[in-house]
Amino acid sequence: MYRYDEFDHAFVSARVEQFRDQVQRRLSGELAEDAFKPLRLMNGVYLQLHAYMLRVAIPYGTLSSRQMRMLAHIARKYDRGYGHFTTRQNIQYNWPRLSDTPDILSDLASVEMHALQTSGNCIRNVTADHFAGAAADEVADPRPYAEILRQWSSVHPEFSFLPRKFKIAVTGAERDRAAIQVHDIGLHLKKDENGKLAFAVYVGGGQGRTPMIAKKIRDFLPEEDLLSYTTAIMRVYNLYGRRDNKYKARIKILVHETGAEELARQVEAEFANLKDTELKLPDADIQAIAAYFAPAALPNRPEGWGNLARWKKADPEFARWVHQNVQPHKHPDYGMVTISLKPIGGIPGDASHEQMDAVADIADEYAFDEIRVSHEQNLILPHVALADLEPVYRALVAAGLATANAGLITDIIACPGLDYCALANARSIPVAQEISSRFGSPERQAEIGELKIKISGCINACGHHHVGHIGLLGVEKKGEELYQITLGGSGDENTSIGEIIGRGFEPEKVTDAVETIVNTYLGLRREKSETFLEAYRRVGPQPFKDALYGGGAQAAA
Amino acid sequence: MVDKVLTANRLADGISVWLDASGNWVESLQDAFVARHAEAVAALEATGKRSFDENKVVDVNVIDVEEVDGTLRPLRMRERIRAEGPSIPYAPGYHGLAGPKNVAA
Repeated sequence: MYRYDEFDHAFVSARVEQFRDQVQRRLSGELAEDAFKPLRLMNGVYLQLHAYMLRVAIPYGTLSSRQMRMLAHIARKYDRGYGHFTTRQNIQYNWPRLSDTPDILSDLASVEMHALQTSGNCIRNVTADHFAGAAADEVADPRPYAEILRQWSSVHPEFSFLPRKFKIAVTGAERDRAAIQVHDIGLHLKKDENGKLAFAVYVGGGQGRTPMIAKKIRDFLPEEDLLSYTTAIMRVYNLYGRRDNKYKARIKILVHETGAEELARQVEAEFANLKDTELKLPDADIQAIAAYFAPAALPNRPEGWGNLARWKKADPEFARWVHQNVQPHKHPDYGMVTISLKPIGGIPGDASHEQMDAVADIADEYAFDEIRVSHEQNLILPHVALADLEPVYRALVAAGLATANAGLITDIIACPGLDYCALANARSIPVAQEISSRFGSPERQAEIGELKIKISGCINACGHHHVGHIGLLGVEKKGEELYQITLGGSGDENTSIGEIIGRGFEPEKVTDAVETIVNTYLGLRREKSETFLEAYRRVGPQPFKDALYGGGAQAAA
Repeated sequence: MVDKVLTANRLADGISVWLDASGNWVESLQDAFVARHAEAVAALEATGKRSFDENKVVDVNVIDVEEVDGTLRPLRMRERIRAEGPSIPYAPGYHGLAGPKNVAA
């Protein structure tokens, strides 16, 4: 993985000391809140309902064991013993004191981490496929390009005060596990007809109050043009993006109002001026960054095949976990392990400091020191030999981290919601917990198959409800919580925005409503292999409306 | 008039606080001073502004409450959760807003 050079170290340390001085001046009264607030936000410090919240960047979701141990240390020393992994591959702490934040950032800097650009109208943490570098369907590891974008966008003077925040996601595989079509820019790394690496460039996707699927404006952008073309997009956005209305300021609105074709023309015109400037990426630079991400030397471990078969036969629980949470690696003797942070009835995305330490230890011993955070709020060990799966599983069981539910109905994405968030209108976590408990039986989950439930506590959609197969949006109606249900959303290579199915449900009725939807699906699917999403796309919303609201009922949104 | 209390977050640690009758910021809504007429609300607002200017608290707001069986209850769910803490058990040793020192006690 990427290692800081001298410049990176000096830069991050300088920012920590700068922030330490700013916090001291704020606490002494020398700096007023109006002056300080934008400064703390630039360093990832928010104020939420009960306390400050610190959002720490995890670039493209990649962590070493040493970094994970530091995240555990911070949870233990400065917070209440836990952290929350987010849908942007970051981690949030819910209870830090402002007065401690400089020390926290200093501790983070010691392991090459920071909280820069985790807030504000700038280019945020660049996200990537959590199976990058390991997936069999990948043409190339997208993380070197994510790292190049990270370096280019860090305190970029031209793009630090954009009309609104800006999110970039990169994938290097045909199967999109990074939800690139609901990002401001989505990059799909692929090979052109000559076998040369290039990007398909998508622009103007996003969720929030106006969900939009990104438009493809370039099919094969040569890798050397990555920064010049991205700069061209940013310039067009910076110039024409709306600053008069916060709700219309994202690039998706600009793309929608301008039209993808005209916007592409503007970008191309800008690109023509930038193409042969210093922004052109020299191959040597690409190779230098790519070298940091060179795959670990994975020795052949063919004994794993026989061992695995024996272990599975001996322990059905282990077999279930392997079936659900381990996916094929590009090396046949290895697997990609999903560590579920969705225990049945638990809080999606939360991990205790003990669990973080346990994951770090396991990664050290069995997984080449590499850990990923997925945008689905799970952790990943991307390289585990099949021959080591059994001890890895035992260690995960001991840490309470062996829930076998990756991709199933209890693998729910949920934002912090009104239990923590100052923007939320309704709670997300208790709803996720109740649904998880209702469907918690392994047999029932297996019967239902792949089904992604995503829950947001407000229209900002941090819980990705628009792309949930079943999406739940919490709203406030007459001072009470109400949950609007959308169906048919998906955040993959066939992205779709879920459709609102009808009037919302009270908190005590929403789990029943989800169960009605699930039972309706089970009743109408053609065969067990037809997933919920496939069935929904085949039959449309009507059978679900009928089941929820009665035949012929006109469901009002 | 709906009863009102003054709430904010403490500057140094961000913890939710409410203003009591002695002019102190306290960690329990139940100890808050309740304003029941316009002059009292104006006094709350003036105190809030002064505390903000003195850099004691941030995000100062007057909120609506009702008294139910001797217990103060904010009208909005958001403020009820702010007063009581997360509605879920979120970490061993912690419940609601209780911080380390409260747990130790």
